[in-house]
Amino acid sequence: MITRGAIDCDIHPAVPNTEALLPYLDDYWRDQIVNRHIHKQSFHLQSYPPNSPLSCRPDWRPKDGPPGSDLDLLRAQTLDAFGSSIAICNTLHGAISLFNEDMASALISAVNDYIAREWLDREPRLRASILLPLHNPDLAMKEIERLAADNRFVQVLMPVMGEMPLGRRVYWPIYEACERHGLTVGVHAGSTYRTSPTAAGWPSYQVEDYIAQSGSFENLLLSFIAEGVFQKFPALTLVCIESGFTWLPTLLWRINKTWRGVRAEVPWLDRPPADIIRERVRFTLQPLDLPKDDPQKLARTLEHIGSDDLLLFSTDYPHWQFDGDKVLPDGLSDAMIAKILVDNPRAAYPRLREAQGAAPTQYKEAVP
Amino acid sequence: MNIPVRDVTAAQKLMIIDCDIHPVQRVKSDLAPFMEARWRDHMATFGGHIRQGLWAGQNVYPRMMAGGRRKDAFPPGGGAPGSDLETMQKQHLDTNGVEVGMLIPGNGSGFEERNLDYGAALAHAVNEWQLEYFVRKEPRLRAGLVVPQENAAAAIKEIELRAVDRSFSQVLISPRANEPLGRARYWPIYEAVEASGLPLGQHNANINGGHPSTGSGWPTYYMQEHYAFLPHQQAMVVSMIMEGVFERFPKLKVVSIESGYTWAPALGWRMDKHWERMRKEVPHLKRPPSEYLREHFWYTTQPIEEPDDPAHLVEVIDWIGWDRMLFSTDYPHWDFDDPRYAIKFKMTDKQKAMMYRDNAKALYRLS
Repeated sequence: MITRGAIDCDIHPAVPNTEALLPYLDDYWRDQIVNRHIHKQSFHLQSYPPNSPLSCRPDWRPKDGPPGSDLDLLRAQTLDAFGSSIAICNTLHGAISLFNEDMASALISAVNDYIAREWLDREPRLRASILLPLHNPDLAMKEIERLAADNRFVQVLMPVMGEMPLGRRVYWPIYEACERHGLTVGVHAGSTYRTSPTAAGWPSYQVEDYIAQSGSFENLLLSFIAEGVFQKFPALTLVCIESGFTWLPTLLWRINKTWRGVRAEVPWLDRPPADIIRERVRFTLQPLDLPKDDPQKLARTLEHIGSDDLLLFSTDYPHWQFDGDKVLPDGLSDAMIAKILVDNPRAAYPRLREAQGAAPTQYKEAVP
Repeated sequence: MNIPVRDVTAAQKLMIIDCDIHPVQRVKSDLAPFMEARWRDHMATFGGHIRQGLWAGQNVYPRMMAGGRRKDAFPPGGGAPGSDLETMQKQHLDTNGVEVGMLIPGNGSGFEERNLDYGAALAHAVNEWQLEYFVRKEPRLRAGLVVPQENAAAAIKEIELRAVDRSFSQVLISPRANEPLGRARYWPIYEAVEASGLPLGQHNANINGGHPSTGSGWPTYYMQEHYAFLPHQQAMVVSMIMEGVFERFPKLKVVSIESGYTWAPALGWRMDKHWERMRKEVPHLKRPPSEYLREHFWYTTQPIEEPDDPAHLVEVIDWIGWDRMLFSTDYPHWDFDDPRYAIKFKMTDKQKAMMYRDNAKALYRLS
């Protein structure tokens, strides 16, 4: 199979239910969660309703439990099916949507520990992202510091839509910690719905919200560029996960043109923003927002983007982005496929470069 | 962008239809004669009531020069750029060979007003003011029929009052509305627009309708706010299509003004892809979303994109359809596109004629 040895940069394991997190909570939070019946909540996100066609491919749906909650299925349906050598777990857990930041961070820590113990310990091909509580950068920092010694965590994970644009300076301590630890900054589609997902207001339909994810990634890149995140943290890589990428040519053209007119406002930008994006931002492959049966459009779009370095292989398992084994689009050269499958992911994740050939640090050793 | 007033008087070979010109009042009280006494008082005493921290007429994202206007476009007799017909004629209409120019009044025209009755009074006054100060004196100009989209009754009244007047080229609403523009509360307006036969123009706006300019809150810099028009306009397009507006109003034509256009093909691909999975949620759509996009939307060109390789832009316009492109300058704003220099790619004579003139001629009632 053509994808053998690939690094899959976006798969979604799920916590089967909230009771599964109880062993990873301290006494206070275990009492709180149980007494208040919070463990009866599923913590499914509004961005991914569990029965929606978006959230699970029909033939990947487990008999029991939410999509992505069964490790054996995940092994068979994605790791073995595509021959991936490594797959990065991005756990989209609803605790990020809570307003109580103490509760949110306790649950998020439990999710991260659950993933390390129940998934990473049991499957050596898996790596994971550290889900962050963004309510308070101090809490996010503590979570990074708590887990950074475990090299199986290769990036941090944030939703593209939250309380504030993610380039804002209030978040910079997080990026400083990421840079220091060699963690990539992963931003995934999804919203905590603190505000309407579009500037036009609250859409009626879930399909509109999903389409609007790409627009939020556009605004994310503007935020990172305009605030100067990449200038301040020269070793940091940003990965846009499940963002789509066929919208990128417009952004690259427009951001350079606007910058020429308004550069006095952002004097720290010392070169055209599109060049900075091509150097420092990466995009996972799925979803491929392209017309069917027209591989020429992909080739032309990649030409407009002007770089072969930007795409990272992903299946987006178990989300329904493609059928059968058609994870790669037609019209890619062998050289480009090799870059997408392995070279680009290795370049995007410092911890995958270091881990090459070496046994990953064991969770139990790393976390006291 | 900000070049000095030229003395060029030689006849231009290329005549253009400029689909985005911004007029503004010399002073706000220019609108007073077109208002009832009650609203004249209101304007003088209270003024605008909008959704931002700075009182009406100010920018919470200050522009890089001269309040966002061309510094060379200030009329010699005072007032803001765009407030004086003679300056506009000399500097733009005559010099740049403008055969027809579409007036697009902006902020302060009632779209964003929280007091809905005052919004209706403003829109009515702005329409009269365009006729009085510009269109009756200058046959090359057409007024935009401004309607307060949050006040459907007033909007319909205004449309019915003016639809027969050929001084007006299109109905204007703000895409920065209280709700996404596809939602049913706006359909009575679309019914009136469709009946009028006029296109529906949407110029992206700085003043919000109740929602931050990104799905993740407020940006910091004008650089971001300026870009946010694009994702916003895409969301507006998605809303109108996914709600089924064009199934209900098959003759409705929408002009997306100063909101970008190179995003249209990729948005069509994205809509089709995810609609295919989610179509049970929107069973009222009879066709792939990209087909509605192709049939019902037009785009003004300014600010024209400038890829390193201009041929890339030609490809994207091929995908959009040359028949949907409407040349615009955005006079007298800072990022004005000069019709002689703005377009860096090669066009066939036919493409040139379509973009500069023929498409607008066919879309607007310009004979």
